[in-house]
Amino acid sequence: MELKEIIIQKLNEHFPDAGFEFSEYINEFNIKLDKKFIQPVCKFLKEDSELEFLLCEDITAVDWARRKKRFTVVYHIFTLKHNYRLVLKCDVEEDDCNIDSVTSVWRTSNWQERECYDMYGIKFNNHPDMRRIYMPEDFEYYPLRKEFPLMGIPGSLSLPKK
Amino acid sequence: MGLEAKLSGDGFFVTQLEAIINWARKNSVYPMPMGISCCAIEMMAAADPRYDIARFGSEVMRFSPRQCDLMIVAGTVTYKMSHVVRKIYDQMPDPKWVIAMGACTSTGGMYRSYSVVQGIDQFLPVDVYVAGCPPRPDNLLNALIHIQNKIGNTRAKEFQNKKRLELNVIQNN
Repeated sequence: MELKEIIIQKLNEHFPDAGFEFSEYINEFNIKLDKKFIQPVCKFLKEDSELEFLLCEDITAVDWARRKKRFTVVYHIFTLKHNYRLVLKCDVEEDDCNIDSVTSVWRTSNWQERECYDMYGIKFNNHPDMRRIYMPEDFEYYPLRKEFPLMGIPGSLSLPKK
Repeated sequence: MGLEAKLSGDGFFVTQLEAIINWARKNSVYPMPMGISCCAIEMMAAADPRYDIARFGSEVMRFSPRQCDLMIVAGTVTYKMSHVVRKIYDQMPDPKWVIAMGACTSTGGMYRSYSVVQGIDQFLPVDVYVAGCPPRPDNLLNALIHIQNKIGNTRAKEFQNKKRLELNVIQNN
């Protein structure tokens, strides 16, 4: 059985309510799921002895601007055992702009989630240190949102006195 | 500003003393290498034996601002970094000069973006701008020669009533 099928079978068996949507795009296997299940699903994918997705390569987000569920949080995870990469996606609404943190699963996701918060304003619940990572801490905007102008908002970032 | 602050006239003794001071000063410019990004590589190349900044007496790159009199800002300055650059500039003893090396430092360059300062002249008094992305080491040496000519033309009385700068306190650090 192919690894992809094993993953589908195991996930459907363990999380029947998670609303999985499986798809494949440019040789990468994508799984869309309900945001409530992200932490347990990640924990399962990492700790299952057949899969062992030990590496969380990247956490980022997409701003769709006009969609009802405005953001999609994207997780790229990798298993060294099978040399296989997996993409997890969760839709997040603008009114309810938060998702559970996976820092308890992969410690590297600490800074990746902070970056995602800094650029998109998506809060990660149960994150140990939910602060901005690149921009100054008193900055009020989220630069990678679609409504943010490329040249920024004048006066929002301070310069030293001449 | 030391001895030269006492010199105000245009007499023979004063002008000759100024000439000696300027001669000594311009041939021993200590650069503060503010290497922030890729231009710093070309700045290092300017210091190596091939281009040899030592020919102009500037081989002593001091990594402490308190021993320098020329700041070479080599690289992209972001808003967050601008406070650090200014703080280091403020720590340099007078008289001091600034070279804005490369397109990013002079104008923001290709980083036309919310996070990058569009030209360090918004918060620093720049003496020479160097074109290029990054500039060749020869170009940096040319800028240094310009600085030397500028130093050679300074008069002691220019320094007399210079206002002492207030140190900027970085709030968010």
